[in-house]
Amino acid sequence: MNLSLLILVPLITALVILFAKGLKQIRVIGLVGAVTQLSLATWLLKLYMGERASGNNDTHLFESNYTWFTTLHINYHIGIDGISLAMILLTAVIVVAGILVSWTMDKLSKEYFFLLVLLSMGAYGFFISLDLFTLFFFLEVAVIPKFLLIGIWGSGNKTNSAMKLALMLMAGSALVFVGLMGIYYSTNTFDLVQITHMGISVGVQKFFFPFAFVGFGIFAALFPFHTWVPDGHASAPTAASMFLAGISMKLGGYGCLRIAALMPEAANSYGWIIITLATIAIIYGAFATMMQTDLKYINAYSSISHCGFVILGIGMMNKTAVNGAVIQMVSHGLMTALFFAAIGMIYSRTHTRLVAQLGGLLKVMPFISTVFVIAGLCSLGLPGFSGFVAEMTVFMGSWQNPSGAYRLATILSGASIVVTAVYILRATGKTIMGPISNEHALLADATWNEKLAAGLLITGILIIGLAPFLINQLIMPSTNILMSPITKAITLK
Amino acid sequence: MLNNIFLLMRQELTLSVLIFLLLFIKLGRERSNASILNFINIALLLNLIIGLLLSTKGDLFSGMFTTNALIILEKNILNLAVLIISMQSYAWLKNNNQVIEFYLLLFTSLLGMFFLISSGNLLIFYLGLEMSTIPLAAAANFDLSKRKSSEAAMKLILSSAFSSGILLMGISFLYGTSGTLTFSILTAHIGNNPLQIFAFILLVSGFAFKISAVPFHLWTADVYEGAPVAVTSFLSVVSKAAVLFTFVSILYKVFQPIASTWYLILMILAVVTIFIGNLFAIRQDNFKRFLAFSSIAQVGFILIGISGSSIAGSASLIYFILIYVFSNLAAFGVVSVVSALTGKENISDFKGFYKTNPLLSWVLTIALFSLAGVPPTAGFFGKLFLMMAGAAKGNYGFIIFAALNMVISFYYYLRVVKAIFMEENETPIEKISIPLVSKLAMYICLVGILVTGFATIVYDYIYSLSFGL
Repeated sequence: MNLSLLILVPLITALVILFAKGLKQIRVIGLVGAVTQLSLATWLLKLYMGERASGNNDTHLFESNYTWFTTLHINYHIGIDGISLAMILLTAVIVVAGILVSWTMDKLSKEYFFLLVLLSMGAYGFFISLDLFTLFFFLEVAVIPKFLLIGIWGSGNKTNSAMKLALMLMAGSALVFVGLMGIYYSTNTFDLVQITHMGISVGVQKFFFPFAFVGFGIFAALFPFHTWVPDGHASAPTAASMFLAGISMKLGGYGCLRIAALMPEAANSYGWIIITLATIAIIYGAFATMMQTDLKYINAYSSISHCGFVILGIGMMNKTAVNGAVIQMVSHGLMTALFFAAIGMIYSRTHTRLVAQLGGLLKVMPFISTVFVIAGLCSLGLPGFSGFVAEMTVFMGSWQNPSGAYRLATILSGASIVVTAVYILRATGKTIMGPISNEHALLADATWNEKLAAGLLITGILIIGLAPFLINQLIMPSTNILMSPITKAITLK
Repeated sequence: MLNNIFLLMRQELTLSVLIFLLLFIKLGRERSNASILNFINIALLLNLIIGLLLSTKGDLFSGMFTTNALIILEKNILNLAVLIISMQSYAWLKNNNQVIEFYLLLFTSLLGMFFLISSGNLLIFYLGLEMSTIPLAAAANFDLSKRKSSEAAMKLILSSAFSSGILLMGISFLYGTSGTLTFSILTAHIGNNPLQIFAFILLVSGFAFKISAVPFHLWTADVYEGAPVAVTSFLSVVSKAAVLFTFVSILYKVFQPIASTWYLILMILAVVTIFIGNLFAIRQDNFKRFLAFSSIAQVGFILIGISGSSIAGSASLIYFILIYVFSNLAAFGVVSVVSALTGKENISDFKGFYKTNPLLSWVLTIALFSLAGVPPTAGFFGKLFLMMAGAAKGNYGFIIFAALNMVISFYYYLRVVKAIFMEENETPIEKISIPLVSKLAMYICLVGILVTGFATIVYDYIYSLSFGL
């Protein structure tokens, strides 16, 4: 299958949306595009597993390579491995869910759906790129739609949040750019595969790794560059929050992983900094969440904590931990998207997101409340949901690292789950149990589109939670390929 | 010889013919502005096409005038920019009493730039530079009823006279130390002689005035604000482009022996220019002043590219300027239409612009994104290639500085986008109906912004013509 389809379908969808008239046409086009995308991704999964089953051990499958700017050695080189495929599936699921929850968006609907689709195009392009320039291009393509989505359709202090988010992410990409320049001028190519073969000299790695890693880290809410996350998520409209937490933050995590694999020696020697920052993010995020009163802020701060696990897994630089990091990315993507969808559904009915003003919602909206509880339980890592699998894998991986300090970090991060349990149970309990206020007594439950969106996300969560071997089958071979030369290089030193 | 002149100087000759035609039209009977404007726009299109037809190479007047495929391309870029500006100013000029005079000034200036780019000798270089500047000062005064306009003209003429003086001093020092004014001979006589370095610095200062690099930028904002929008866009795009083209060819060819010296000078200039341009752009409310400072910052980025002193350096400069023509003119085009029809020129007036003028808002937004260097617009590629060319020298502190400044510049471009899309306004700019010609110009710019980046062929073509150290 030609992977460019993954970019072409959103592009065509976006262009058709420009010529559509009225919300009804636009949303149908958007949904058709998203569903096509999801079926493409599923089909790709089938093809990919087939190839692997028949013994194809190439690092990247379905590669194609076209020259773009010859003299600058820039190619449009695409291909996927298990990790990128997992991300593509995640994106496809969230896009469908996001479009479903925006079903009644009647304010400037054409622009809204156009930007959503454009954002998803950036994400797909990013995940399939094997050329650092193309990767960078798509990373930035995904920034502007976020700014406009939050600034135009957001709530609260939206313009400031949008500005903050856009500037921090741009600063992130500026740092990434500096890192890429360093890589480019030491290897004379942007091609990820070639660079992996050649290797980068340790001196160059030491100097440029911090730029590239922190750059992507800003996207992934690396402490202390996480401040765009709460404001951005809280101000964004529902679908944009889902895209932000579900897709956009994963661009950062994925980028960090690729950079760490490209510069393993530097990643290893700076490992203690990464792990310290990740541990701080995990604990700080969890405690900060306890203080929040707004549902969206609760989820946003808990995202910082959860994304800390991704960085922690990457920082440990071993197969199991990296595997856990990837699963955590997928799991967190699905779970936060579900959480934001549920919050959006509640907010659109009650017009408040403050925990103190909510209560007893289970009586009037049983479906939405159930969804809310499922998202909460997944977030606190209850076995049976994806969160448990992901966090367990990260812990198992990070425990493998024999250094005492690293084990301490693992224990501290593990302890944060208790805090998570406190805030999640408190928020869900207060929101859906107890007496209901009179204003909320007559509200209606979820509509078909909301049910469908939630159902889709919950299916994903349950598949990972109940049958973790499925996602492991997909990811494990690729993380093995990615990490084995690195583990060797590090142990040799 | 005569054939040669017709072939090699065809762009200059068509422009001169056009100038004379305009003079005759002026002498003849009264004609409506619309018909004159249509005639001029068609003539400019023909002028562009004649330039595009074939590329030749050769010298005239014993090396005073040189041309080759690259120079012809550069002139074509300028022709294109002038065509777009002319189409955009339709609404403004339609009710103006001195249309022909305006174009006479503009074309004379353009002719001067052609000679400037083609110069093979410091004498004709100076001649071209003056010929391109003096008519502009008159054109800046074209809003006869506005005091600011005449103030702008005064500032422009004084500061350019000053910079010309400095330039002349540099030229005479060079002549004194080398005994020649011809570029090809001059190179052999350039060395690390202190007087020559001094002459070089004077020369660079003269250039820096024209491209408004900091600290020689003080005239820019006032002139841009006071002059009519058409003249401002001409100043900020065409005039800058012409001087930059010449600058890079003189640096790379004539001053090649002292490359390490000018690398240092360029670096300092670039750092200060980007930083000051950015800082001041943040504070502006007048759209023209805003674009003035943003264009100062852009020049800083261009200097980074030039400092790469490779083929990629000069190629990325020309590529960027082509993109800059589209993006800056698209932004100026919107401002020009709005200012001509409503008289509003402030960023705060553009609050809520999207509600009343969605199409113009998108054009302006895309143009600003391209100036900021955001994909998928062409500005992304242009700016990145400049920085890549600069990074080739291995001076990473410089590149880190530039990359972080891109974020600052991103802030002030977003500020405008924020005003357009997100802020409320009780008295928004009412719905504007744009003349067809201006709309066409806007679409040309839009296509340019969206296509130039992906069309590898453009960059490859420019690269194949470019030269390095």
